[in-house]
Amino acid sequence: MSIAFVIVSHSAKLAEGVVELAQQMARDVEFRAAGGTGDGGIGTSFDLILGAVEELTEAGHEVALLTDLGSADMTVEAVLEVVDGDVVHFCPGPLVEGAVSAAVTAQVGGDMAAVSEAAKARELFAP
Amino acid sequence: MTNLDVEWAKDWMRRASANLTEHRMELIDLDRAIGDGDHGENMSRGFSFVLERVNDNPPDDVAGVFKLVAQTLMAKVGGAAGPLYGTAFMRAAKVAEGDLDAAWVGTMCEAALDGIVTRGKATTNEKTMVDAWTPAIAAANAAAEAGKTAAEALRAAADAAAAGAEATIPMKATKGRASYLGERSIGHKDPGATSTSYLLATAADAAEAVG
Repeated sequence: MSIAFVIVSHSAKLAEGVVELAQQMARDVEFRAAGGTGDGGIGTSFDLILGAVEELTEAGHEVALLTDLGSADMTVEAVLEVVDGDVVHFCPGPLVEGAVSAAVTAQVGGDMAAVSEAAKARELFAP
Repeated sequence: MTNLDVEWAKDWMRRASANLTEHRMELIDLDRAIGDGDHGENMSRGFSFVLERVNDNPPDDVAGVFKLVAQTLMAKVGGAAGPLYGTAFMRAAKVAEGDLDAAWVGTMCEAALDGIVTRGKATTNEKTMVDAWTPAIAAANAAAEAGKTAAEALRAAADAAAAGAEATIPMKATKGRASYLGERSIGHKDPGATSTSYLLATAADAAEAVG
């Protein structure tokens, strides 16, 4: 079961941009951008995120969710309450660095624990 | 003494939608001062959708109304208010059974607060809606113990929430966007605590209208 990503941001453009960046280094990994409110506004959408997650789980992927700011985390946690927690995971971390790091980890065959750890991008913030 | 019922819940949503639309600019201004400025728009838009759905497919019990509110706010409100109030109403729906009397008002507020804390992980004195819900629970429970009606318990909860919202003014925010401002968040009323007080006030208005 391969790991796919849903990139959640308050901004649709930011989510798409992060997917663009991460995809460049992880060519075989599936991504979905779930940014904005779904009707052009800034914010996050429960329906948009859930739709992206379900598309990927139905295709047989394990799903890693990455977010930008606090209320995106809350929307993702609300989504986690209605999906299969065994295959869908929230991986907190700095969005841009974490997404690239986690995507590369998935590309080289890392499991969810490794992807989740990579999403924290700790090495970039080490003193 | 009149218990709360589905007509009350539907009327609450009608009044909440009107009230939050009326206070839209005020909530936007409060949120612009210490947040991202979307709270007024999100609340007024979210509850307009709620009202539309309640009118289109009227639920037949209070739990049904609360569930519809929860699903609508989660789906339609982009900011923190969506998941926070959405989870609050989802939890309140779970306790909306049996006699919805004065004692139940505190139970409902407690369930709502529990949902908000699960989602937002805030505690009191962090300049959030928790600072409005917490005193509301105590006031509702005190009213019920004093033998007051459900409408009176809701009014007591609403008044305590309004006082709780005022009390957020001198607080320093440590949760949410406002926490990025640090000391500069002091001196502003929290928009989430404010909208909580309006929501509870309209719940009381709807109960008093029944008599």
